[in-house]
Amino acid sequence: MGTITQNITITPLMDDFVVRALAAGLGLALVAGPLGCFVVWRRMAYFGATLAHAALLGIALGFLFDVNPTFGIIFVCAATSVILVGFQRQKRLSDDTVLGILAHGSLAAGLIVISFMDQLRVDLLGYLFGDILAVTATDVGWIYGCGATSLLILGAIWRQLLSMTVHEDMARVEGVPITRIRLIFMLLIAVVIAVAMKIVGILLIVSVLIIPAAAARRLSASPEQMAIFAALIGCVAVAGGMASSMTWDTPTGPSIVTVAALIFFAIMLIPLRALGKSDS
Amino acid sequence: MPVTHLPTESSDNVLISAHNLTVRFGGLPAIQNVNVSIGAGEIVTLIGPNGAGKSTLVRALLGLIAPTNGTIQRRANVCIGYVPQYVTVDDTLPLTVERFLRLGASVSRTQLEEVLAEVGAATVIESPFQKISGGERRRVLLARALLRNPNLLVLDEPTSGVDVTGQADIYKLIGAIRKTHNCGVLLVSHDLHLVMAETDQVLCMNGHVCCSGNPSYVSQDPAYLELFGRETAQGLAVYTHHHDHTHDHGHDHTEHHDHASNG
Repeated sequence: MGTITQNITITPLMDDFVVRALAAGLGLALVAGPLGCFVVWRRMAYFGATLAHAALLGIALGFLFDVNPTFGIIFVCAATSVILVGFQRQKRLSDDTVLGILAHGSLAAGLIVISFMDQLRVDLLGYLFGDILAVTATDVGWIYGCGATSLLILGAIWRQLLSMTVHEDMARVEGVPITRIRLIFMLLIAVVIAVAMKIVGILLIVSVLIIPAAAARRLSASPEQMAIFAALIGCVAVAGGMASSMTWDTPTGPSIVTVAALIFFAIMLIPLRALGKSDS
Repeated sequence: MPVTHLPTESSDNVLISAHNLTVRFGGLPAIQNVNVSIGAGEIVTLIGPNGAGKSTLVRALLGLIAPTNGTIQRRANVCIGYVPQYVTVDDTLPLTVERFLRLGASVSRTQLEEVLAEVGAATVIESPFQKISGGERRRVLLARALLRNPNLLVLDEPTSGVDVTGQADIYKLIGAIRKTHNCGVLLVSHDLHLVMAETDQVLCMNGHVCCSGNPSYVSQDPAYLELFGRETAQGLAVYTHHHDHTHDHGHDHTEHHDHASNG
């Protein structure tokens, strides 16, 4: 009798957090796929990593000023983007160097701020590696709210962003407001990183952006197709990672990333003929 | 930025002009006191060695960089079709020629086919942009510029990445486009031999305008000969129909500086 009651009470509970985790992961994958394509096309992987590092400072400041850490992350990421654009306009230092300074400067500052707050020290690992199984219903709401808004905005600027990705000067002569679109795009990345933080953590966020996009490349004949495939591959990776985590009790965030990487390598192994292309 | 838009009716034939234009990068002048104007249907060619400021002048005229000094005037209805020197699309971006052309303007498939046929690149419409040859790429870039129905084409080294026989074809094409579309053309070039045939006005640059005027005049100008060397300059004469330089001084020779003193 005892074991039966236990099963009855535990099963819905497990379902609950598994369902929440799955919903959160899929929501992230759907928005990270299309945005990640632009990160790959524009060679901005290091920029994503920089925002991820800076996000820790955002969390710390969020706790310090007692506001939602998501706002803290978005604020710090936005500030980092603006500083980067400022440096890009000066053209004194290469982007790599500026990003290195911003990434590690903000990470170090974040670690110092966190060290002053005893109650947060326990959660540091969670922020570094993510804890998808701990997402709350509110988190899922955030992910879908931010995700849907981001996708709508991305859709609205799609052609202009694509045009300036191909050639910035040509786009500008054709009337694309380069600086505004670039800032909007950076903000979208900041938002995605803020919502992805809880799921895969600082160290793995960039992989959520670039691995599905890179994997989708060989399957796609147009930018839009690649964005959709990237979102779908991300979803498969989330589902696969969750399943392996449930089955073999592996850490969930890293499992999702590992499955994504395996999908990438599997697609790279498909012969070109099977893809119906001569060369691509 | 000191750009003045003149109302169409008050201005004459001039599409875009720069007056005493100076652009400095970190204190060093890239171009100094440059005057240039491009009229409707006119081909103006900028020539000069690498680092002469040709691209700087073009970028300033396009509004891509702010001039340090001087003014740029654009006729109000000027629509520019711009072909940059290099367009390299990352291999990770799946982009057909058709999709590339659609980035600049909303056009029908028929319009795309027509413009590609005009530039002689009809066969590549479905090809990935990254896979087409250098010559095809120049033609596709021209097509994208033409889709905007420009009255001014700005072409930065339109034959870069094209072999010698292909270069003549591209220049022929530009000449034909000028006639059919009746647009002004600003051309940047350092290959002196082929560029001159269709050109109305040549600006020979080396930081400043060394000499300017029609091709036959410029090819005999001492500043030009000194800048490019007499041997190079000799070949040029073939394309400007061997004018006799002794009676040629009535041409609109607007400026002549000793560029040697400018370093």
